[in-house]
Amino acid sequence: MDQRHDAPHIDPHTGIATTGHEWDGIRELNTPLPRWWLGIFYASILWSIGYWVVYPAWPLLTDTTRGVIGYASRADISADMAQLKAQRAVQAAGMADATPAQIKADPTLFQIAMAQGKAAFGDNCAACHGVGGAGAKGYPNLNDDDWLWGGSLDAIQQTITHGIRVAGNDETRVSQMPAFGRDGMLKRDEINAVANHVRELAGLSTEPKANLALGRKLFADNCAACHGEAGKGNAEMGAPNLTDAISLYGMDMASLTETITNSRNGVMPAWGGRLDATTIKALTVYVHSLGGGQ
Amino acid sequence: MSTAGADSDDMPLFAASRKVYPQSVSGPFRRAKWAILFLCLGIYYLLPFLRWDRGPHLPNQAVLADIANGRFYFFFIEIWPQEVYYFTGLLIIASFALFLMNALAGRVWCGYLCPQTVWTDLFLAVERFFEGDRRERMRLDEAPWSFGKLWRKVAKHAVWLVIAWWTGGAWVLYFADAPTLVRELATFTAPLSAYVWIAILTFTTYTLAGIMREQVCKFMCPWPRIQAALTDDEALNVTYRYDRGEPRVSVKQGLKLKAQGAPAGDCIDCYQCVAVCPVGIDIRDGAQLDCIQCGLCIDACDTVMAKVDRPKQLIAYDTEINVKRRMAGLKAIYRPFRARTAIYAALIVVVGGAMLWQLATRRTADISVLHERAPLFVTLSDGSIRNAYTVRLLNKRPEIRPFALTVDGLPGIRIEAVGVVQTADVRPVVAVDPDSSREVRVLVTVPAGVPLEASQAITITASDLFAGETVHAADHFMAPGAKL
Repeated sequence: MDQRHDAPHIDPHTGIATTGHEWDGIRELNTPLPRWWLGIFYASILWSIGYWVVYPAWPLLTDTTRGVIGYASRADISADMAQLKAQRAVQAAGMADATPAQIKADPTLFQIAMAQGKAAFGDNCAACHGVGGAGAKGYPNLNDDDWLWGGSLDAIQQTITHGIRVAGNDETRVSQMPAFGRDGMLKRDEINAVANHVRELAGLSTEPKANLALGRKLFADNCAACHGEAGKGNAEMGAPNLTDAISLYGMDMASLTETITNSRNGVMPAWGGRLDATTIKALTVYVHSLGGGQ
Repeated sequence: MSTAGADSDDMPLFAASRKVYPQSVSGPFRRAKWAILFLCLGIYYLLPFLRWDRGPHLPNQAVLADIANGRFYFFFIEIWPQEVYYFTGLLIIASFALFLMNALAGRVWCGYLCPQTVWTDLFLAVERFFEGDRRERMRLDEAPWSFGKLWRKVAKHAVWLVIAWWTGGAWVLYFADAPTLVRELATFTAPLSAYVWIAILTFTTYTLAGIMREQVCKFMCPWPRIQAALTDDEALNVTYRYDRGEPRVSVKQGLKLKAQGAPAGDCIDCYQCVAVCPVGIDIRDGAQLDCIQCGLCIDACDTVMAKVDRPKQLIAYDTEINVKRRMAGLKAIYRPFRARTAIYAALIVVVGGAMLWQLATRRTADISVLHERAPLFVTLSDGSIRNAYTVRLLNKRPEIRPFALTVDGLPGIRIEAVGVVQTADVRPVVAVDPDSSREVRVLVTVPAGVPLEASQAITITASDLFAGETVHAADHFMAPGAKL
């Protein structure tokens, strides 16, 4: 027994000492871990203890240990963002004081505004208006020359800043087309007559049995105040032109009947509180430059 | 198991290299090597300082790789990033030139032109200046450390490092305005990358040319292996003419043997060819992979042959074929015009010609058009259809150029560019700054009533209003098509 401890058994084939364990004549060679490996292993343990002290490491019930140097990845990002903003402030120094019209006239500022506007549009506007402002049913296409609330630089800036039908915003774009059917102002056949008259105004075909005379009269009584006698619309009131080739909700009978019966009254957020003034200017110039700016 | 087998298993795979102490030599090949060394290094160190007037908007450095602005300048040539295929052409020509040299006279590149050879030659000259010639250097290395040995070694390495530093310093000058960068380097205000690159090249030059020398050619360079596969029997090589040299006997012994009518070669076995060899080989062992064919053994042997009053050219540029032919009593033959030399030369002419033609006829303006995808088309309130494009105009000239944009392909089609003035005849004019490109958003409109398919071809044209150069780009005009 004692002998085994004093003089370890040497395996005759390899010349390596065994651990002394034996199972049915099979002995386990004693091949310890290489010293370099052990060195790295212990160094890693020491390193990790140092790491716990220096960096945030251990989860607690409601928080984590903070580490002595106060590192936080969120602070890194904040620093990066601050640096980015400072950089932008330098690049766009001229934009803070310029009006959108002045930006558009200055090639350098225009280039910056287009790049910034494109990025801001992708982040904030593309969800509804589509990438590149292509629009969709109910969300205006910003590439065409038809504007509900005006397509001048000032009008676009006003719309972006204050939004459309934003509750509690005094300067928001607001107009209220009545829900003629739902509120009982017009009966079903009257709505049909008005819809047919609108198609007539737009130069589209009308239904054979349509009462166009009634439609004309009802249109003059109920719609012309905003849309105009000839249905040309009025950007001051956000009343769309009903005679051009562009419509937001469709000019087929079903869509028109739906519009007149229930009204549409789409909304857009006011971005004045969310985006800084320079970004809104860049967005204004970008949208204006998509193709339809007036 | 036999003991012999065990021995061969235990044979080391590594043998420490023996230091080579090349002896100084004089002669036409040595002089040619000096001339090439001064020419190549002179060009390398001084070329960045050569000026070339390109007007006020472009750098006036004759050779400049302007990485930051994406331009490469070579005297009257300016390369844009999309034209780097010129470098491919140059590399092809360089390869064929290497093959042609090899087919004519073996490793001309290795022996005279390779930077490794040139810088090693320079470093050897420095070593010789401080430590003396072959025997003195060997003695110095064997001697115990003394003040004399110390200062010689320190001085040698110091000068090596200065040369190596200049090599790196000259390298970075090709990437920025040389006089400005030199001033910045001297005042320690140069960009960090300049110092890093100088440090890298100082290290490589010092190591490769000072410490490793012939080891680079023997073990690191792929060209000897490729060269051995490419060469043929008729390429001239530095050759020991053993038909004349063997058997090797001393001058005295030779006279005795000749008097007896016994054969005696011209080689007196003086080992001068070995002493001067920069790669430490014996050329008399025949053509070998380690030989860089620098011709210094020819100079050494000719010197000796002149002293013992025998004909020169015992070692010379020759072929194995001719050695054999002379032994058989035949006349030596040299055929520089062979199928492979003709083909290599023809390929160099063809590739070089194609590059020159391309360079001479290339445009100084270009246009590229990208169709806007969101939306593909837009209907305007009067029913006309509009497509938007991103047009990029390139101006490769050193002056500002106004390009008028026009569009063709459909009746009534018209073009406008966002944020750009228009001429009286309603063509948008895009001014592009010197040596740069400009991107503009372009709107193309077709009036209502024009029958349109879903897609039709159009051409957008940009014409330089002053110089008249015109470039076209073909694209498509999208419309709702027959579906509506």
